[in-house]
Amino acid sequence: MSSQDFRTPLKRVRGLGSAKSGTQHFIVQRVTAVALVPLSLWAIFLALALVHADYAQARAMLHHHFAAVWLSAFVIAMFWHAQLGLQVVIEDYVHTPWLEVVSQLAVKFFCIAGAITSVFAIVRVALA
Amino acid sequence: MPQNARPISPHLQIYRWPLAMALSIVHRATGIALAAGTLLLVWVLLALANGAEAWAGARAFCGSPLGLVLLFGWSWSLCFHLANGIRHLFWDVGKGYSIQQARSSGWVVVIVSLVFTGLIWACVIAQGGAK
Repeated sequence: MSSQDFRTPLKRVRGLGSAKSGTQHFIVQRVTAVALVPLSLWAIFLALALVHADYAQARAMLHHHFAAVWLSAFVIAMFWHAQLGLQVVIEDYVHTPWLEVVSQLAVKFFCIAGAITSVFAIVRVALA
Repeated sequence: MPQNARPISPHLQIYRWPLAMALSIVHRATGIALAAGTLLLVWVLLALANGAEAWAGARAFCGSPLGLVLLFGWSWSLCFHLANGIRHLFWDVGKGYSIQQARSSGWVVVIVSLVFTGLIWACVIAQGGAK
């Protein structure tokens, strides 16, 4: 830092500092975690109800709009939470720059594709 | 995957595993396992949308020995990650930080995860098994 530099310390650290957007990550991870407590308990009940359901019964279960909305909320919160968690795992263990970027992108694409595909399937059954 | 081979300090293979450390590692491992398990969830949902034949295929896999082993592992992973996640949420609001509290809440998580997994599979068996 030279005396010729008129940028403030805050300006210099923005976008470069170690903190980046960690607080946002922390909060969203907790918010999705809180949402997933009731949602995943309900998903377990749904899965248990499906154990002996034939095709028609299984579709009838998701035909209830309450179930379709609740299950969509579950998959969105779950894939979001999974992406945030896997992101930290990669940040912790993958230190080769190109591999880190590739794995972070792969995790993001996988989770977004998983959420979109799941919601598409749920809506297709619910509106059938 | 370090890019240079710097010397590292003694690590996991040296220290005795305290409960808190084991649970922390298992929390991360179950998180990764559950993320992988989403593949089955997406498959089941797509099968339900795609027709009776696809549904029968997904159900047959879930009832197969491999499917049952995976489902059993994922059911315990979910119970553990859920229970330990709630433990983390208590820490996030500043509760339960004393060593004694952290140790007992750790054992509560272990027991609750096992009891819940047992209950889930008791429900499956009560319905006449997974076949």
